[in-house]
Amino acid sequence: MANAVGAPLKRKEDPRLLTGNGCFADDIQLPGMLHAVILRSPHAHAKIKKINVEEALKSPHVIAVYTGKDLEGKIGPVPSSWLVPDCNLKEAPQYPLAIDRVRYVGDGVALIIADDRYAARDALDLIDVEYEVLPAAVRQKEAMQKGAPLVHDDIENNIALHWKAGEVAEEIMENAEVVVQESFYVQRVFPSPIETRAAIGQYNPGSEELTLWCTSQNPHIHRMVLAGVLGISEAKLRVIAPDMGGGFGGKIGVYPDEALIGYAARDLGRPVKWIEQRSEHFTSSNAGRDEVIDVELAGNRDGTLTAIRVKNTANLGAYLSTMGPGVSTIDFGLMITGAYDIPHASCETFGVYTNTTPTDAYRGAGKPEATYQIERIIDLYAREIGMDPLELRKKNLVRKEAFPYTNAQGLVYDSGDYEKPLQKALEIVNYEQLRQEQEKLRKQGKLIGIGLSTYVELCGFGPSKVAGAIGFQGGVWENSTVRVHPSGKVTVYSGTSPHGQGHATTFGQIVADKLGVPMEDIELVFSDTKAISMSWGTYGSRSTAVGGAAVAIAADRVVEKAKKIAAHELEAAVEDITFENGVFQVKGVPGQQRTFQEIAKSANMAWNLPEGMEPSLEAQSFFDPENFVYPFGTHIAIVEVDKETGEIEWKRYVCVDDVGRVINPLTAEGQVHGGVAQGVGQALWEGAIYSKEGQLLSGTLMDYALPKARFFPHIESSFTETLSPVNPLGAKGVGETGTTASIPAVMNAVMDALKPYGVKDIEMPLTPEKVWRAIQNGEGN
Amino acid sequence: MAIENRKVTVTVNGQERSAEVEPRKLLVHYLRDDLGLTGTHIGCDTSQCGACTITVNGDAVKSCTMLAVQADGAEIMTVEGLGTRNELHPMQQSFWEEHGLQCGYCTPGVMMAMIGLLKENPNPSEEEIREGMEGVICRCTGYQFIVSAVQKAAKIMAEANEKNDQKVAASQLVGEGNL
Repeated sequence: MANAVGAPLKRKEDPRLLTGNGCFADDIQLPGMLHAVILRSPHAHAKIKKINVEEALKSPHVIAVYTGKDLEGKIGPVPSSWLVPDCNLKEAPQYPLAIDRVRYVGDGVALIIADDRYAARDALDLIDVEYEVLPAAVRQKEAMQKGAPLVHDDIENNIALHWKAGEVAEEIMENAEVVVQESFYVQRVFPSPIETRAAIGQYNPGSEELTLWCTSQNPHIHRMVLAGVLGISEAKLRVIAPDMGGGFGGKIGVYPDEALIGYAARDLGRPVKWIEQRSEHFTSSNAGRDEVIDVELAGNRDGTLTAIRVKNTANLGAYLSTMGPGVSTIDFGLMITGAYDIPHASCETFGVYTNTTPTDAYRGAGKPEATYQIERIIDLYAREIGMDPLELRKKNLVRKEAFPYTNAQGLVYDSGDYEKPLQKALEIVNYEQLRQEQEKLRKQGKLIGIGLSTYVELCGFGPSKVAGAIGFQGGVWENSTVRVHPSGKVTVYSGTSPHGQGHATTFGQIVADKLGVPMEDIELVFSDTKAISMSWGTYGSRSTAVGGAAVAIAADRVVEKAKKIAAHELEAAVEDITFENGVFQVKGVPGQQRTFQEIAKSANMAWNLPEGMEPSLEAQSFFDPENFVYPFGTHIAIVEVDKETGEIEWKRYVCVDDVGRVINPLTAEGQVHGGVAQGVGQALWEGAIYSKEGQLLSGTLMDYALPKARFFPHIESSFTETLSPVNPLGAKGVGETGTTASIPAVMNAVMDALKPYGVKDIEMPLTPEKVWRAIQNGEGN
Repeated sequence: MAIENRKVTVTVNGQERSAEVEPRKLLVHYLRDDLGLTGTHIGCDTSQCGACTITVNGDAVKSCTMLAVQADGAEIMTVEGLGTRNELHPMQQSFWEEHGLQCGYCTPGVMMAMIGLLKENPNPSEEEIREGMEGVICRCTGYQFIVSAVQKAAKIMAEANEKNDQKVAASQLVGEGNL
């Protein structure tokens, strides 16, 4: 089959999912299985004075109850996996259950195991905990003040880390003709996969092997970390991610809960299942963002930008999550210049402990925040100097000739042609005419807004050497094995761990082209540490650029070996063998050929192989890219704001993304839609609300506005293709671009609509009330 | 105070099934845990997400809002009853062709809800489909390809109905001896 890559093929995974034959965590039933629930703290900050579990233990259904004290010395703290260097990082130990103090609403206090799902939940009410409530530190800027309540007694001013990168000399700011400054709050939101988190442990007392099914985007990271926490050999711990109902970063983290379930299954010698409740998810699964960003952009009146200076104060929650420390530092601080050639940049980040749920990577992780501040401040700068925001962008975008381009913070952007998607998007919306219409409608009192976002994103993690240098406690290469069976059917093993992205299809397309076999002859295996070699999973839009590349290289190796066997059988030199559409052919000798399937049989039977060749037809690749990849593009949002109600009406949403080689345009577009939906969700509707005591007020789906179908505009999505030089596919990443680009596009559109009122910023999400108030203020009411 | 279990019998996907359950057991848990029909999923605890949507006596219902005992005697259809791998229901086929699913977790509920919608309104506009999805949440797709899928399914189902009507009309004519 020629050219599967680039074709909008239907997904291989779908018939299973569409017929109810998926296997998600809660679908797993094991003989003798018990049910776990976790009693969680109702207070943001409190001392645990006493826990009485006797009533719970009297229940005929309750098998065991564990408290933090019961587990002391038996199970270790769950560490963060991103120990950012040179920032005085202070990691407070997070024990799987709180021992004498709870530090956020949702902190685990006791683990209950019962023989029935409902009875386990009944037992939550039978445990009596006596707390002494303490004052809480909730918002990061207040938490840093002297005298604020301390989340961890030995961590001064609650400062978990203080990180700096880049320098902007004072004279540059002083001598600048224009300095525009603003403070933005990128609010806390919840990743909210529709399947909550889950874990199922099963221990075999004979083999001493522990199997843990859990909702993980990276089963090997879970295995590596949990083996340490539980004190078990990595070779005896098998982690499997079953079908997973979304992740969006929320299932990267190694959580205390997973350690608890593994521990209980081993301790009781019976399978234990834990399924998180939705309301529990809001307080106990890592949240995203929550960064206060102060930015100053300096330059000349003609629109030449010279320097950007940024301070990020990030709310890390009560403990450092798996990726948490890296988000507001490395991911954010090295990308603050965005797609623009700004020669000087500096970023200072404070990561702050608070009495809230930990924050971690959420779709884009640091890049949406970096893009948000640069795209918003660019618009404000344009407004300040009276230039169209498009002109200011065009003047400062990194030029095509400059690639590979080193930004002011030292990152090397692999490839780019930023004008290309920009021009395409401008043509689609007919920008000039649009501005004229806007002007006309403004005169009629209508508030039309046009918002641009010309973004670039850092993804495709990445070179392991760099990962080590920035304190990531792992490698970020990928592996794949391509195994050809005697029949010529193929099984492909990959270290990425898909949960909606469709890797079985896209990776299948890569292999179909390489081996010349039909898609239906290829099966993919993921997400099981017993089947897959060491690998690093799915996050940071790395799966195709790194994992897909490993698949391509392994498939190439299979062809290379098969070619030698074909040459041997056909008594020709290897150089004289061509391979096309699954057929090995002696150049210029019609009929002298072997099919891929014939060679697969020959290789596996090994009756007649070239001298010294090992049997079988299988190859493995371990791919560590030389650089990250940097997708880019232009998103344009067009909105109308209702002056009377503050409501925002969609006119159009146009996006042109350049994600390198597009393997499957259908699934790539699906990724863009989903990404945009989450970005627009952040801009307009979603937001965690904590009371000043640290109570989560938006803690159910009744209170937290997960966007529904009628909220959205029709998204007009298309692509341009600028290949990446850092992997053999030329692919970049597509999973997070939509989110990264859309938050500022929407915000810029609404701010543009409100420009007649002099409104420069409204804190997200843009609820009608806030917008209406801004209009009222602008009118002097 | 142990309350006695009750026997609940339903016709699910055309088959009569029964199990003894606690009176407080939710219909969704009865289907999943007692009858082993795990295609119906649970995404929340406040009846917002609609992942558990099924049809009860032909109407789309969130199975977390009903007790199993309330469903005693009912006709139930879950995703498992829609179509098979080789004979997909038009809704399944359209979701596949239009890429109406990513992780697939909300999908069974969304499809059942949309079957409910098409029963009420066989030819909905894009806006009506989006309104009709009020009771379900998808976090992956941004809904656009779901809308395309439902439009396609509506078209296929309408055409099939038309053919059926013609067949019925034809057979009636035959029956009347006019042909």
